[in-house]
Amino acid sequence: MTLTPLSPAPTAPLDLVHGRIDLTHGAGGRATAQLLDTLFKPAFANEWLAQGNDQALFSVPPGRLVMSTDAHVVAPLFFPGGDIGSLAVHGTINDVAMSGARPLHLAASFILEEGLPLADLARIVASLAQAARDAGVAVVTGDTKVVERGKGDGVFITTTGIGVVPDGLLISGDQARPGDAILINGTLGDHGIAILSQRAHLGFETVLQSDSAALHGLVADMIAAVPEIHCLRDPTRGGLATTLNELAHQSGVGMRIHEAAIPLQPAVIAACELLGLDPLYSANEGKLVAICPAAQAETLLATMRRHPLGTQAAIIGEVVADPLHFVQLRTRFGGERLLDWLTGEQLPRIC
Amino acid sequence: MKYVTEFRDQHLAHQLAQTIAAEVDPSRSYRLMEFCGGHTHAIFRYGVQQLMPPNLRFVHGPGCPVCVLPMARLDQALALLHEYDVTLCTYGDLLRVPASGRQTLLKAKAAGADVRMIYSTQDVLQIARTEPHRQIVFLAIGFETTTPPTAVLLEQARALQLKNLSVLCNHVLTPPALRAILTPSLEHAMPLDGILGPSHVSTIIGTAPYECVPRDFHVPVVIAGFEPLDVMQAALMLVRQLNAGRCVVENQYRRAVSAAGNLRARELMARVFVIRSSFEWRGLGFLPDSVLALAADYADFDAERRFPVSVITAPEPSGCDCPAILRGLKEPTQCRLFGSACTPDHPIGACMVSSEGACAAYWTHRAYLAPTAAAET
Ligand code: SF4
Repeated sequence: MTLTPLSPAPTAPLDLVHGRIDLTHGAGGRATAQLLDTLFKPAFANEWLAQGNDQALFSVPPGRLVMSTDAHVVAPLFFPGGDIGSLAVHGTINDVAMSGARPLHLAASFILEEGLPLADLARIVASLAQAARDAGVAVVTGDTKVVERGKGDGVFITTTGIGVVPDGLLISGDQARPGDAILINGTLGDHGIAILSQRAHLGFETVLQSDSAALHGLVADMIAAVPEIHCLRDPTRGGLATTLNELAHQSGVGMRIHEAAIPLQPAVIAACELLGLDPLYSANEGKLVAICPAAQAETLLATMRRHPLGTQAAIIGEVVADPLHFVQLRTRFGGERLLDWLTGEQLPRIC
Repeated sequence: MKYVTEFRDQHLAHQLAQTIAAEVDPSRSYRLMEFCGGHTHAIFRYGVQQLMPPNLRFVHGPGCPVCVLPMARLDQALALLHEYDVTLCTYGDLLRVPASGRQTLLKAKAAGADVRMIYSTQDVLQIARTEPHRQIVFLAIGFETTTPPTAVLLEQARALQLKNLSVLCNHVLTPPALRAILTPSLEHAMPLDGILGPSHVSTIIGTAPYECVPRDFHVPVVIAGFEPLDVMQAALMLVRQLNAGRCVVENQYRRAVSAAGNLRARELMARVFVIRSSFEWRGLGFLPDSVLALAADYADFDAERRFPVSVITAPEPSGCDCPAILRGLKEPTQCRLFGSACTPDHPIGACMVSSEGACAAYWTHRAYLAPTAAAET
């Protein structure tokens, strides 16, 4: 006897052109299943997701595991050089990679605001999936919730990543030692200034691009060349200044930074002049600070410059002994001043 | 865009510093007030003061829009939020400025008030159009630079017949503030030798409104850009005027400022705003004809009419020397709260909030452990 299977498909297909997220998409019923089946599962398709469970089951290679999670909120959702989808992948992969790890898998949860155009969601999901594929990691589990209009900012995405750290590496924020060299892999402030100039409706002829990128490939090259790297950290929120202060504190050291050595894009400098912003406090999404023994600095620099994400790498300063853990900046004008933590938010000048 | 980098060139800075050092008259002092917060920021960020000879000092002026807004106006905005269920939009710096009882818009927001930080007036228009059921109030502040965008917003609101948008106007004018600073008074016993005039403001109003300064107060003015080299160049121009006994308005910021300013922006402002007869400034007190109010044609969009509130004027926080700092009478380090009770993380006065405020600029870019030189008095 053959049974005619009940159709699992809801009557009307999702309207990906004019449709919008409504509360039924988060209720856990048919509409939720339809959203997952049409939009999410095909985009992320992989063997772990195909298990169809509420968790992904996988075996791990030998070694130490690292895990990191990051909640992503950004306005506008789409910006030159990326969107919240690719950002959610890069942000978490980079946090995992800063331990020297090879990233393995990602989990992603979406909080969707009622009224979000399905076309926007489809674009974001496709971009997230593409960024994960490019980075060689799979989104193995996830979740979606819908909140009422006004209770979210379109989409919030939280991603969690795990990775394996090769044996013998000890890369940690507390490992900087006096005498070490401080390196950066390229121009600073690109992401933050790109976003802010969008928000301030600056009609620039050349549109500033976010530097959003996954850095684990660069990190793999760097640790292969110089396994003695002491610290790696991505200067995201709060920018380079904040990251250097964090590292100085964690390691109990001071730092001396040479402003003239810090790579900056001319368009970023121009936007900063116009808006009254400081690129050293602006967010980056494809940059890393590396600290290594001075003797290896040139080797590390050369390795970084050979990688596409490090062509403008530079040595920007050195670690010094300082019981007060201050980060000092030698300005372009030859003066010395503190490079302090960011207070409040970076805001455009209104004078 | 390349000129910005060139303007930060260290070599040029040293050449300029040497020229200034060679030309200053050692037998006198040069007290030059930079009017704008943008100048103050550049002076600290790049350590320009350290490059100057000891007898040339920059005195920080009142040109930080957030700093000169009196607490009563913030209290008024808070009362408005409290008494009417409105959405209040404003620029970010203002959110952290302490009002009476160390209340801030940011705290009110955290407590549930609908306060939104905007980056441009077009954000306000967008909010008003997408949320027609909400009353949107734009807390407008700033000198002549931020005034034209507010005027554009009001014209748009009128053209679109928006019934849910109003403006709480605090747009202040630069020339009356300059006159107030220069008017001799008993408490203001420290004469200024020269003024570095506003850059961005002057792109709108031009250089003509400053002609009264040399004429009535015998103090030369040089309009200066916000780049550190602009500031140094303008300082040199002032030194040369003073040495030669000249006293005129000069323009260092020629790449952006003309004598007449931006005619279209000025016409627009004249259509939308009128001058209010008196307004209180923090630090400067009540100044006549110093602030803009909405013109009769736009009265319907005036938040003060639409949402009347009564506010009891609160005294400035005790111990805060903002008023004296805004007049150039004191340096931030002379305030006993500076760096102890008052830091950018826990600001007591407005001067510690905005990066254009003298206290915040001083604190953020302080030199390493070196005690800051006390102001010469
Ligand atoms: S340091 Fe703080 S309390 Fe003192 S004048 Fe400045 S803002 Fe006011």
